[in-house]
Amino acid sequence: MELKFFKRNRTLIIKIDGEIDHHTCETLRGETDRAFEKMGGKNIIFRMGDVSFMDSSGIGAIIGRYKNIQRLGGRIAVAEANQRVEQIFQLSAMQSLIPSFPNLDLALEYVEGGKE
Amino acid sequence: MEYQNAFRVFFAAKSQNEALARIMTAAFLSQYDPTLSEITDVKTAVSEAVTNAIIHGYEEKTGEVELFCGYKDGQVYIEVADQGKGIADINQAREPLYTSKPELERSGMGFTIMETFMEGIRVESRQGEGTRIYMVKTLTTE
Repeated sequence: MELKFFKRNRTLIIKIDGEIDHHTCETLRGETDRAFEKMGGKNIIFRMGDVSFMDSSGIGAIIGRYKNIQRLGGRIAVAEANQRVEQIFQLSAMQSLIPSFPNLDLALEYVEGGKE
Repeated sequence: MEYQNAFRVFFAAKSQNEALARIMTAAFLSQYDPTLSEITDVKTAVSEAVTNAIIHGYEEKTGEVELFCGYKDGQVYIEVADQGKGIADINQAREPLYTSKPELERSGMGFTIMETFMEGIRVESRQGEGTRIYMVKTLTTE
């Protein structure tokens, strides 16, 4: 798994490339939390267009980040998830907390539209 | 049961071997001309079962995970087993969103995913002895 971090306005964008499982989630969690601390910001978007595999560990890691961000008044969203990743989100009913958007612009519009 | 083809492997209960288990399963399956979606279904179910063995069975300590894949008449049979602590309450463990380890950010969706992506799942578990999961999937093409 490879992670790339970008900052747009007050949003940290994490581009995930590769497989998300229990093993790689440790990196995903650690690096995301470190980047958020270092780069600052309020919201998080996971760009998942290049995720080739994801099991339920991915849901756990994303919901974990949601809990941290929510405490700080921020928002979190997923962008570009493929059909398979989307299916796993739907099973967990995660979308009631963390919406999923087909592209980055829509995801940015949602997270940046949060309250001050 | 007599399988037309099968393999059984044992590997260390280490998280980096979750990917290994998925690759071995996919390679075995690919001999039977499955759809991409069927391969992903089985890989995801195996990933969940192996992760459970490592996190819950062995609680991330030393141990060995067993993976079996068998094929007969268009059906794939999977077994994932550990000799770890066992499951105290199988019905509770299978409930969607239930996790005994929320502190590890587990989603509690492992069994639900196995049930959704496979056709049949059976769980055998004894406390202090271990857990064995049996799963079946029918392939649409032969």
